[in-house]
Formats: sequence, structure tokens, C-alpha cells
Amino acid sequence: MAKKTVTIDPVTRIEGHGKITFQLDEQGRVTRARFHVTDFRGFEKFCEHRPFWEMPDITSRICGICPVSHMLASAKAGDAILGVHVPPAAHKLRRLIHWAQLVQSHALSFFHLSAPDLLLGMESDPQERNILGLVAKYPGVAKDGIRLRQVGQEIIRVLGGKSVHPSWAVPGGVQSPLKPEKVDSLQALVPEALEIVDRTLDLYREKIEAFSTDLEHYGDFPSLYMGLVTPDGGLEHYDGVLRVMDAGGKILEKGARPETYRNIFSEEVESWSYLKFPYYKSLGPEKGLYRVGPLARLNVCDRAGTPRADRALEEFGRWKKDGRPVSGSFHMHEARLIEILFSLEKIAETLSDPHITDTHVRSHAGVNGRAGVGVIEAPRGTLFHDYLVDEGGLVQEVNLVVASGHNNLAMNRTILQIAQAFGNGTEITEGFLNRMEHGIRIYDPCLSCSTHVVGRHGLKMEFLGPSGDLLRSFELL
Amino acid sequence: MALVTLTIDNRKVSAEEGQNLLQVIREQGIDMPTLCHLDGLSERGGCRLCVVEEEGSSKLLASCVTAVRENMRVTTGSDRLFRYRRMLVELLFAERNHVCSVCVMNRRCELQSLALRFGVDHLRYDPLYPRLSTDVSHEKYALDHNRCVLCARCVRVCDEVEGVHTLDMMGRGVSCRVIADLNQPWATSRTCTNCGKCVQVCPTGAMYIKETFSAHGEKRPDLPKRIRDGREKHTWGG
Ligand code: SF4
Ligand code: SF4
Ligand code: FES
Repeated sequence: MAKKTVTIDPVTRIEGHGKITFQLDEQGRVTRARFHVTDFRGFEKFCEHRPFWEMPDITSRICGICPVSHMLASAKAGDAILGVHVPPAAHKLRRLIHWAQLVQSHALSFFHLSAPDLLLGMESDPQERNILGLVAKYPGVAKDGIRLRQVGQEIIRVLGGKSVHPSWAVPGGVQSPLKPEKVDSLQALVPEALEIVDRTLDLYREKIEAFSTDLEHYGDFPSLYMGLVTPDGGLEHYDGVLRVMDAGGKILEKGARPETYRNIFSEEVESWSYLKFPYYKSLGPEKGLYRVGPLARLNVCDRAGTPRADRALEEFGRWKKDGRPVSGSFHMHEARLIEILFSLEKIAETLSDPHITDTHVRSHAGVNGRAGVGVIEAPRGTLFHDYLVDEGGLVQEVNLVVASGHNNLAMNRTILQIAQAFGNGTEITEGFLNRMEHGIRIYDPCLSCSTHVVGRHGLKMEFLGPSGDLLRSFELL
Repeated sequence: MALVTLTIDNRKVSAEEGQNLLQVIREQGIDMPTLCHLDGLSERGGCRLCVVEEEGSSKLLASCVTAVRENMRVTTGSDRLFRYRRMLVELLFAERNHVCSVCVMNRRCELQSLALRFGVDHLRYDPLYPRLSTDVSHEKYALDHNRCVLCARCVRVCDEVEGVHTLDMMGRGVSCRVIADLNQPWATSRTCTNCGKCVQVCPTGAMYIKETFSAHGEKRPDLPKRIRDGREKHTWGG
């Protein structure tokens, strides 16, 4: 049988199917696992020669789940090209919409996508192991999840006008101020949402007991962690400086300016995947493996900076082994809940700022710089938009480093761990499939293929023999 | 002034000799689709959306460039005309790159509303996907060739209303482009007065005020007529 390859025309398609290949040795043990995904370079090509002020709009269409993150990273790159001082109210409004996005995106990941596995069990019937199954068995939890997501979406809708693709943040600021009469109604959403997170955290802490074997095989390995922090080390999602921490908790980069990321990271390109493989430069591709996202962010910061989140963060510290940063990717679930908590507290704080309704929300300028880097902590991790424009502002080069790219090496490491712990040659059991799926879902990869993984449809698995011959190919339909 | 009598959609109509057919059709309250025609500008007869059938002839007439004639019998709407118009709109889409979702004129674009009107929800022709540039050199305005339908409204308003003839067309067929002066970056034009009339009459997002957000473009296609009326008849309608 010929080896199957997935070909995706990178220009016309930005989504595709995920594929995992397992390399087996003579004894049938998995020695290598790779998660293949489609790329973003197609999208980068599409952006070339477009005016940079269109970029927030174009790039927010990369992903239907986190359009706000792309819009903001792009607007920030645009700010740098304009070289202007963005009005303070615009920064606050951008932060507000970003936290709302974190709430809705994390809620989707936790409740809709992962809770069925967590509450109904990895071995449970796949027909029922979904949000509908959750509604049947845990109606309260399902309702909470739906409500929490609504809260995030409602804030995005009020600010951005549309909940899915708001073309609202622009280079130099935002399009429209927040109307004073909207403040109270948004503020009123927060208390209920906080209660939801509190009870979900309690439930999660109770349920996690049952997953002790899973915990250590779901991407529990030493790695570096990267994320933004505030200049004084607090949890940060919108601005701040880059921090890199090693597996022992030593800080390798204390506060690098985000636009210098090219000095800190390198990218490898592999023939078998369209996705780039970034690593921490000074340690090389092997040792420089790092993770980004909720877990990494909680690891690298000194504190959250809000009362409830700080308490939850302290409790999260129970997963540290010998004082080292939390290394199990499974704990991303809890990390997401803590970040929702933090976002909600920040939303409340920002809404009570008397200047939040200032009407000066945009600065105007021409092209004052040829290069612009915009960085943001998207729900799934650090997101870079790096543009080079010509004198009129037409984009010449684009580099987008997305969270799933950063986590690429870590995802591969995770599925290898799972395969080694739960796999048995080319045999495919329900439990094995579920765990493999969940292993990827933990990272909540921000590719449209994540929805395929979620629905299982289209996820391919290939088992290769010692000499690279295809032993078995399997597609989840 | 001599009057002529003709029949439009089975209705007897009288018109002034030399009047153009489109005008008479519209006076009858008939909603005739057009793209290159704009009140206040000379006729071009380029888009062919205003075609009508004339009894006794298999040829379709572009009503905006046809003078009324005594006893002519025309039909303004038929299945055949609908099919042709839809085909014309499809061909316009296929010729350049129209990504409505990120366009400044999304939801306010004349091309887009024609597509809606004629039920164009897919293309039956392979799009050409040409690699086209955007001229962003002008301080205030941008010209994105990807979205240009070559209606020449900009060219005519610049010539006939502003009176400077900065813009023109170069090349033929698919290589036809709107150019400024001697095909140079707009910003380097010595003749452009920066008046922006071209932007205001462009039916699509091809010409727009820089930094306009997607779906936030607003045009003033009524300007040429208003300016003309003000200038010639001293009527200052708003
Ligand atoms: S801005 Fe005015 S003068 Fe310049 S090209 Fe347009 S219509 Fe002509
Ligand atoms: S730029 Fe606009 S007005 Fe000018 S020819 Fe093209 S579509 Fe028509
Ligand atoms: S309107 Fe008559 S040909 Fe364009």
C-alpha cells in the first residue's frame, strides 16, 4: 500500500485535516509520533501586497474561534508601523475585548470540548461523549458552560458590534468608543460568571482525582515555558514583556521586548509538516523546546494580580513537583479556568475605570516605520504578527507565529507519551483513540483542524514499520 | 421640440427626440440596472447591464447609449435579459479579485448588490485571479485594481466635472487599467487636485479613502449631478 499523504493547497485552503503518524520499532513499540497539520504560510501569502490597515480584518478570518486575538495582534503591529501613541481608552477597550475573548474561548475549550471527556470518562461511549451527552448527564455544567461563553460573546458584541469577526481594532486604536449607557449592563454580567467559574473549579478539583494515571502521560515532561508578563512579573495577556523560564523554574529571559523575538527564537521547517517548529535559540532545537498557553503563562508569572485568581493560582501550585513549574499539560484545563477567573476580575476592574468611555479612541498617522511586530497572549498562547511594509503601507512580508506553532514540538511529545503509555502495536482501541484525541485537545490547537479533531472526523492515523512502510492506516469518520 | 412615440414594455410612451432610452425607461418608473451610467456624467455604454430587447431585432441595445426612435418597441425585462445580466455580473467577478468580506464597500457596493439582485451565489466561469496591485501612494486615497470593474466613472468625473483629466484607461481587455497621468504612482501626479470625486463615484471598493474600515466605506454617487445642476442651473439641491 502506498503511503498516504494529505495535500492541501496552501493558498486556497487554510484549514485541513490533522494526521498523526506513529513510528514503530521491531517490537511494535511506538518510538516516534508526529502530529501533522496544515499551515499558515498560505495565509501569509494571501496578505502580501495588501495595505497594512486591512490586516486586522484579513487576519481575523484565520480562525473562527479566536478572531479577536488576530485582530488585536494585527492592530498592534499596525500601531508600530504608524508609530503613534494609541489613546489610553483604546488600549483599555482592546484589553476588555481580549479578556472577553479569553473567557469565551476558554469556556468553549473547557466545557464544550473537554468536559465530556473529563466528566463522562475517557472510555465512555463516543456517541455520548460530547456536549449533548453532557447536557443529559450534567445539565448544570452544560448550562454553566453555555452561559459563560455567552458572557464573553456579549461583551465582544457590545464592543465590536459582531461577535464573530469584529472589524473593530485598527492601527492607531479602535473604531468606536464604549457608550456610557452600556457600562452597567456589561458590569452586571460579571458576578454570575464568577460564580460559575468558582463552582466549576470545585467540581474539577474533585473530578481530577480519577485521572491520576492520565495526568502523568498527557504531556508531562520538562520543557521551557514562554509567555508575556507585566513589567513587574504579573499575569499579562495584551502587552508587557516576554519571559522564558526553564523546566527548573529558572528565568532565562526576564523581560525581553516582544519585537526582539527573532533574537530569542529560531524556527525549523520540517518536510513532513507545514507548521514551523520554533525553539529557544540559545539552547538549540532539542533542549529549546518550549510551551506556550495557559499553563505556560501561569508558570512564568510571579502572580496573577487579582484576588480570586491569585488564590486559585496558589492552589494550582499543588501540582508543582519539588518546586519546579507545573509540567503536566493536562493541567491546562485548570489553568484555563484560572485564566477565566482572572479575565472576569479584570473586566470588572476595567469597566469601573471612569475613563473607559473616553471618546478619543484613535490616533491617525501615515507610514512612519517599515516594520511592525504585534504580540498578544491569545487563548492558546503567544501570537506574533510581524509585518514589513513598503513606503505606502503595502505589506511586503508577513510572519505569523501562532500558538499551535509554538506548541508544535510539545504536542508531538505529548502524543508520543500517550502512545507509549496506552498503545499496543497497531491495535486501535476506543480508549487509545479517545486519549489521543484528548491529548491534542489539551492544547486546543488553534487550527480549523482542531474542530476536525474534536468531531474526530478526518483525523488520520498511520502506523509505520521500522523501515518506514505503512502498516496500518486509520481514519476517524 | 419634436416628440417621438415608442412602446416600452407594452406601454405607449412619448419622449423628446434625441433623449436616451435609459432616461425614458427610468421616467416610467422602471428599475433598470446600470453600472457605468451615472447621472451627471457622459454615457459610456461599457457595462451592458442596461440592455433591452427591440422588437424585430435580435441584437440587444444598451439603453444608455441608444437614442429613442419613433415607433420603436422595447422590452426591458425578460428571462433572456435576466440571464445576460447575470452572466455579465459573473464575468465581472471572475475577472478580478473580489473578497467582499474584507472590502471597505462590503454591504454598500454596487457590484455586490447587482450580484444579489441577479442571484449570483457562485460563478460558472473560472476566475482569473490576476495578480494586481493597489496604488496607496496618494496621501488620502487608495486605488485597488483588484476591485475595479472598469466602469470609468472615475475617469469621467475627473475629466468632465473636476476638469483635470488626471485619470484615464490604459491597455485593452483583461489588461485594461485605470491610470493616473502617464501611468505613474498617483501621488506623483501633477494634475490631481486631491478633490476625491473619483472616490465618491466609484461603485465598488476599488477607490476608497485610506484607512477606511471594512464595510465602512460611504460613497456619494449623486455628486456629479449635484455639482452640474449647481453650476449650470444654479439649483443647490442637497
Ligand atoms: S482626486 Fe479629483 S483630480 Fe484627483 S484623480 Fe480623483 S477626481 Fe481627478
Ligand atoms: S476605479 Fe472605480 S470608478 Fe474607476 S473604473 Fe474602476 S470601478 Fe470604475
Ligand atoms: S449603464 Fe448602460 S452600458 Fe453601463
